[in-house]
Amino acid sequence: MAKRIIFALVAILFVVASAYASFYIAPEERTMGVIQRIFYFHVASAWAGFTAFFICFINNLLYIWKRAEKYDWLGVSCAEVGLVFTTVVLITGPIWAHPVWGIWWTWDARLTSTFVLWLLYVSYLLLRTLIEEPDRRALLSSLFGVFAFIDVPLVFGAIRWWRTQHPSPVIMGGQGSGLEPTMKMVFFFSVIAMHVFMAFLIVERYFLEKTRAEVDSLQREAEA
Amino acid sequence: MKNLNSVFAAYLIGWGVFFLFYVTIVKRTADLRAEVERLKNSLARSKQPRLEQS
Repeated sequence: MAKRIIFALVAILFVVASAYASFYIAPEERTMGVIQRIFYFHVASAWAGFTAFFICFINNLLYIWKRAEKYDWLGVSCAEVGLVFTTVVLITGPIWAHPVWGIWWTWDARLTSTFVLWLLYVSYLLLRTLIEEPDRRALLSSLFGVFAFIDVPLVFGAIRWWRTQHPSPVIMGGQGSGLEPTMKMVFFFSVIAMHVFMAFLIVERYFLEKTRAEVDSLQREAEA
Repeated sequence: MKNLNSVFAAYLIGWGVFFLFYVTIVKRTADLRAEVERLKNSLARSKQPRLEQS
């Protein structure tokens, strides 16, 4: 318990420091002005969401291979946390887009693939509520999780492979792309902060799933 | 500062979503812990008479 409290404090410290850096250390972008500061929150959340889905994918594969329930617990924890980060991305994106593009939303490749990603992981969680038997639920949702992850590289590549309304990448975007050094430093610090926060949420969600398994086991014992 | 309200809205709503999610985790975990305790007590009570009989 003490370790989890320390982890919570570290995560809070990181996100507060990253918010401070986004507002007071990063310089103001010349064309978009102050609204560009959403970038440090929006993109860092997107990357943390991708990482959560990647850990979910690895655990889905491990469950299919080894059939150990801890992989299922970690898989569902990462799927739920990844979904929350993607929800934040889908909320902050339009708030940033409206003053810059003049529209809240457009069905371009990046936005559509992100929305599909959100729907896929909502389906993953819904699927789990429909199956009673724990082993069958874990196996089917792991198989679905492996399929759902296919969309993550599509979201990542959408602004690299196709012409979109969404801006081209400033990180790993090839020639002509990039960030001013202070902006880059603040951005990577925000990415680290969001990953620490994501790890904290996954740990908390994992304990919830572990407790749920304990309840299931006790209920089976009581019914026997 | 044009659009400053939008920046604050994005940060506030975003952190609001994270906070609500964390609250649901804490609430669900507390409910399950209470259920674990209830089941453990109920199992202990159901085993007691058998022990006394033997």
